[in-house]
Amino acid sequence: MYIGYGLVLLGSIFLFLGSLGIYRMPDVYNRLQAGTKATTLGAMSLILGVGFIEPEWLIKTLFIVIFIAIANPLSSHALARAAYRANLTPFMKKKMDAYKSEFHQEKKED
Amino acid sequence: MQSPSFSIGKFLYNWLLMFVVWFGFTSSLAPEELLTGVLVSFIVSLMTIGIFRCCSLDIFLPQKLFYIFKYIFVFIVALFKSNLDVARRVLSPSLPINPGIVEFDTKLTNEFAKMVLANSITLTPGTLSIDLVDNRFYIHWIDVQSEDPEEAHRLIAKNFEDILLKIFK
Amino acid sequence: MEIVIYIAFSLIMLGLILGVVRFVKGPTAADRAVALDTMSIIATAAFALMALVFERFIYIDVALIYAVLGFIGMIVIARYLEGAL
Repeated sequence: MYIGYGLVLLGSIFLFLGSLGIYRMPDVYNRLQAGTKATTLGAMSLILGVGFIEPEWLIKTLFIVIFIAIANPLSSHALARAAYRANLTPFMKKKMDAYKSEFHQEKKED
Repeated sequence: MQSPSFSIGKFLYNWLLMFVVWFGFTSSLAPEELLTGVLVSFIVSLMTIGIFRCCSLDIFLPQKLFYIFKYIFVFIVALFKSNLDVARRVLSPSLPINPGIVEFDTKLTNEFAKMVLANSITLTPGTLSIDLVDNRFYIHWIDVQSEDPEEAHRLIAKNFEDILLKIFK
Repeated sequence: MEIVIYIAFSLIMLGLILGVVRFVKGPTAADRAVALDTMSIIATAAFALMALVFERFIYIDVALIYAVLGFIGMIVIARYLEGAL
């Protein structure tokens, strides 16, 4: 019971931090970094907390948690790839882009 | 595409997985629900056997189960670490980031294992997988510590990959 | 324990507001897609919390379906941005 409320509080704090990251970071990739990690753990622990407070909902909340753990990184990966292919150059202090050569090679083949 | 190799172990695993999903969606123990679930999951697993061919029944061997639980434990610890890392970066006023994209090769051969590794990399501290071409991962790293592929591989993926190699031979 | 629910809802609300600000400001389409992705996950969590507040089990189903639809929608948007659709 109290564990559940603790998880709900922890989850909402991480959800807020995730959107703060979305707001503050300088480019798409860094926004995805902050957004994905913080919101994944935030949503997982909040929904699991709801499951702990109401134990007969536990099975279905566990299913939502597993689904989020699998699906959220996948969608952020797809978005990162799409952003790179839409020619958004990443923000960098020092040039360090190993993907660039591969990307241009692939483009020539098309 | 490799040809869909139909084996009875894979089919039984698929059926069991589909039935567990059915049970989670209905979450009731009434006998008619369970019977309908057995039939529906049989039909669905027959239809999707060509797509879901990640693992077979030998996933339930005790040593593999041990490594699966170990993987889940390592993963949850990494998830908490990465969230504290994100919180530290987001809340500090100067935004301490030094982003870049690094590459490394993986030793995994199983497609499903590669997907699990890519997901784990996305959720571990400071890294985000961008693309996977054959065996080569391209990783966006929020605080680049090394450009060398070997060193990056050791820092990012080593402990996940060791466990995955034991699960998916 | 009511107070925890109030704090959780206010933090979620603040998070949604920051997401909307990024959605309106975001210089490129990809930024907006990222903001939308984050907002859909926050909304999933908010549905689960609403199920707790209103004591209705059916809202958990709403959260599950919203998670699935948000995932599929985000994949479609990513394919479109990539130029493969």
